[in-house]
Amino acid sequence: MSTTFWVNGERQTVDVDPAKPLLWVLREQLALTGTKFGCGIAQCGACTVHIDGVAMRSCVTPVSDVDGRQVTTIEGLSSESGELHPLQQAWIDHQVPQCGYCQSGQLMSATALLADNPNPSDADIDAAMSGNICRCGMYGRIRQAIKATSVASVSDEPLFYSVAGVDHV
Amino acid sequence: MSKLSRRAFIATGLVAGGGLVVGIAMRPGNQAKSLAAKLGPDGEDLVHTYIKIDSNNVVTAVIPHSEMGQGVHTALGQMLAEELDADWEQVQVEEAPAIGEYASYSAGRRYLFANIDFPNLVIPTVDGMMMNVADTLNLQITGGSMSVRTTGILAMRIAGAATREMLQQAAAESWGVPVEEVTTADSYVIHAASNRREPYAAFADTVAAMSPSQTPQFKNPADYKIVGKFVPRRDIPAKVDGSAKFALDVRVPDMAYASVVRSPVPGGSVVELDDGAARSMAGVIDVVVIPQSSVGGMLGETLSTEAVAVVADSYWTANEAVKTLQVTWSETGFESVDSDGIYAQFERDITGGTERQSDRVTGEVSAEFASAARVIDADYHVPFLAHTCMEPLNATADVKSDRAEIWVGCQNPLGFRRDVAAILDMDPEQVTLHNHMMGGGFGRKARPDYAMQVALLSRSVGRPVQLIWSREEDVRQDFYRPAVQSRFRAAFDSSDRLVAWENTYTNKNEPIEAPLIPYRVAAQDIGYVSSPVHIPFGAWRSVDHSQHGFFTESFIDEAAVAVGRDPYEFRAELLQDNPRHLAVLRRAAEEADWNRPLGAGRGRGISLQESFGSLVAQVVEVTVTDGQLSVDRVVAVIDPGLAVAPDGIAAQLESGIIYGLTAALHGEITVENGAVVQSNFHDYPSVRMREAPRIETHVINSGHDIGGAGEPGTPGIAPALANAVFDATGLRIRQLPLGNFDLNYQAEEEGVVG
Repeated sequence: MSTTFWVNGERQTVDVDPAKPLLWVLREQLALTGTKFGCGIAQCGACTVHIDGVAMRSCVTPVSDVDGRQVTTIEGLSSESGELHPLQQAWIDHQVPQCGYCQSGQLMSATALLADNPNPSDADIDAAMSGNICRCGMYGRIRQAIKATSVASVSDEPLFYSVAGVDHV
Repeated sequence: MSKLSRRAFIATGLVAGGGLVVGIAMRPGNQAKSLAAKLGPDGEDLVHTYIKIDSNNVVTAVIPHSEMGQGVHTALGQMLAEELDADWEQVQVEEAPAIGEYASYSAGRRYLFANIDFPNLVIPTVDGMMMNVADTLNLQITGGSMSVRTTGILAMRIAGAATREMLQQAAAESWGVPVEEVTTADSYVIHAASNRREPYAAFADTVAAMSPSQTPQFKNPADYKIVGKFVPRRDIPAKVDGSAKFALDVRVPDMAYASVVRSPVPGGSVVELDDGAARSMAGVIDVVVIPQSSVGGMLGETLSTEAVAVVADSYWTANEAVKTLQVTWSETGFESVDSDGIYAQFERDITGGTERQSDRVTGEVSAEFASAARVIDADYHVPFLAHTCMEPLNATADVKSDRAEIWVGCQNPLGFRRDVAAILDMDPEQVTLHNHMMGGGFGRKARPDYAMQVALLSRSVGRPVQLIWSREEDVRQDFYRPAVQSRFRAAFDSSDRLVAWENTYTNKNEPIEAPLIPYRVAAQDIGYVSSPVHIPFGAWRSVDHSQHGFFTESFIDEAAVAVGRDPYEFRAELLQDNPRHLAVLRRAAEEADWNRPLGAGRGRGISLQESFGSLVAQVVEVTVTDGQLSVDRVVAVIDPGLAVAPDGIAAQLESGIIYGLTAALHGEITVENGAVVQSNFHDYPSVRMREAPRIETHVINSGHDIGGAGEPGTPGIAPALANAVFDATGLRIRQLPLGNFDLNYQAEEEGVVG
C-alpha cells in the first residue's frame, strides 16, 4: 500500500506497511538519517519532526497518518539557499550540542515553539522542550539559545561561566 | 592514508597524497621496557603520526581519540596547533584510524614511566589499569577523563612543537640563515631580517625526511593564542543540520537490519525457541541464535551471552518480530535474586567484615573511638544505574570469509577491532573498523559486546547487517554502575573536633582513591568487603566516585551538623593542609553567596570532590514546596590545572552535573527475579528541561598539572543536593534516588529518611 506525502517540500510516495512509523520510513526509504531513534515510545524526542508545522514524535506516527501532509525534518530546516535557521545558528553560537544525537529533535521542538510563540517565557520553554531528553544535559545552553533567538532577546546575555587564574601548563 | 611502517624506529615523515605526514616517535624500549614487553614482540610499533600538511598549507591534526561530545577532537587539535604555531582557521581535525600506530599508549608512558608528579594516590589505579591493557597494542581508549592530560600533553604538544622546530630548521637551511633567526607565526616560517616569509607547506617535503625531536622546546604559555582561548568546537556545525554521521546512519549496499534480545536474567541461554510468528512476518529474512562469546580487555572479561536476533529488510520489522519470539531461557541460579536481597547481602557482608581490605589506615582508630566524647554512624546505599546513551547501541558489519568491516561508535576502536577479529578467528589486520562519533558513551561504549554480536550475525546470514538494540535491550542488557552500601562511623573529642573516620563499603572498582577524603582527620580506617552480585559491572561516568562522592560528602555534612557547625566552615577548617582544595571550596561558597539567608522551604548544600586530577566544589540551592523538590541553582567551581578549552570545560561540568542529577533524582535500576525491571525512559527517567537547574561554572587555572574534564562534574552533585534537602527540610537522605522519598515526612527525632 502506498502513502504519498511531502518531505521538506518534496513529494514522496512510499510503498510500505502503513503501520511502519514515519521515523523508519524517513531513515530507511528516504535516506534522511538526521532524524534519530532514541526510545521508540515517544519518551525522548530524538525523532521529532514537524507534521503540518506541529512538532510530533515520528517513532510512534504510522506513515499512513501523514498521507497528504507536510513533513519537515532537520534536513529541511535551513532555507532553500542553504542559510541556517536562526535557531541552528544560535545552537552554534551557544555551542549547544555535545554528542549531538538528540539535537535534531531539540531543534525541531524549538523551531516549532518559536513559530507559535516568538517570545517564550521560561515556563513556555519548559513546556515545549521537556519532551526532548538530552543525556549530555545541555538544557541551560538550549534555553539560552532559544531566548537569544526570540523576539525579545537580550543581546549579549552573560555566559554562565568564568575563567580566572594563571596561564601555564 | 597508507599504512605506516611497523618497523620504523624513529618516526620519519612520509609524503602521502602530495602532503606531509609528520610522526612523533616514542620507542618504548628506551624508557618503558616493561611496557614494551607487554606490548608484544614487536615493540617498534610505537610510532605515532599526528600531523598532515597539504599543499594549500592546511594542517590536519590526526586525533587518536573518540568524539562523544566531550570536544576532544577540538581540544587536542588546539594543543597541537598551538605548539605548531599554526593558523587555527587553517587547521582541520580528523580522527585517527583504528590501526596500531595510533594506539594511545601515552597514558601508559605518562603514568608508568615518566618521572611525574601526579598524586601518588592515583598512580596505583592507573598502574593497574595500564598493566591490564598494555598486553597488546590494541589500546585506543577514550575514557578516564584522560585524553588531554595524556595524549594532549605527551603526544599532541610534542608533535606540534617538534614539527615547528623542523620547519624552522628546513627554512634556515634553505635560506642560508641561522636557525635562531627563523620564527614562525600562523602557519608561516619567517626570517624578518631578509624579509622572507613562506608557508609551512613550502618545506613539507624537506621536513618529511627529517627526524622529529622528542624533547622540543615548548612555547611560553604567555604567548598562547589557541590553548586556553574560546574556540568553537569543530564537530558542532554538522550536529545542527542533521549531517553528522553516527554509526546508526551508516548505509552499506545490500544491508539488512537486525534487532536482538538476550535472557532477562544475565547469563541465560536459549533452551527453546519458537520463532514461527517472526518468520511468517513480511520482510523477515532470518532468525539467528547468536552464540555466546567472550573477550578480555581493560575492564576485564566482556561476556556477550547468547542472544536471538531477527534479521529483516527494515529495523522496525526486525524489532516487531523480536517481540513475537517465544524464548525459554536456561536457569542461571539467580532467578530468586532481587534488589532487597542484594542490599540484605551487602548488610550481612559489611557487618560480617569478612576479608575486609583497607584503602587507608592512619592513626589510632580504635583508641579514638574508645575515648570519643561523641560518635555518630550512618549507613548509605545507592542502586545500580544504566548508562542510557541517547544513541542506542548499534553497529554494522560486513563479514566475508577472509576479511571483515565494522562500522561502530566506540570508546576503544583498536580494542574493538581486536575483539571482533578474535571471535571471528581472524587476525586484527583482516578487520577494518570505521569509528564514528558517538551519541553518548559514558563508559558503556568501551564494552564491545554489540560489535561482537553484529560480526557473528553478519557472518551467519552472509550479508551486511546493521544491528540496533531497542531501548529496552539497552536498559536491560547494560554493564551497570554497581549498587554499593557504605557504612560510616565518626568520632569527636570533647572539643567537638573530628578525630576518627571509619568507613566500610561493598565492592571496590576504580579509581582506588575514590573513597578517600581530603580532610584532616588524624585517625582513619577506610576499607571494603567483597559482596559479589550477578549484575555485570560497567564503568559509568566517574566510576566509583559516583557512589563515594555521595557517601563521603554526605557523611562529612552529617559530622558538621552533629557538632552544630556550618558545613562549609567545618570542611574549610579540615582543609588547612590542602590549600588547593580549600581555594576551590571557598570560591564556590563565595560565588554562591553562602551566607545569604534563604527563605522558608529553601536550602543549600555544598560538596567537594577530587577526581581524575581535577577538583570540583558545588553549591546547590533547592526549594521544597509541599514535598516537591525543585533544584534551583548549581554553582560549580573546577580547578583543572589549566583549562585548554575553557568553554569545553564549562560544558563538561554542566553535562556531568545533569548526568549526576538524573542519577540523584531518578536513577534506579532494580532487580526482580534475577532480571532488571526497568526498560525505557518512562520507568528509567532522565532530567528534562523543566527540572534542569541554572548552572553557573567557574574555572580556576591554578597552574597545577592538567586534570580531566569529562567526569569530575558528576560525583559532587548528589551530595550537594542531598545536603541542600537536609538544609531545607531537616531530612537526611542516605539512599538514592531522592525521588523515592516523601519530603513531606515529618521527622520526629533524628530527621533521617532511608
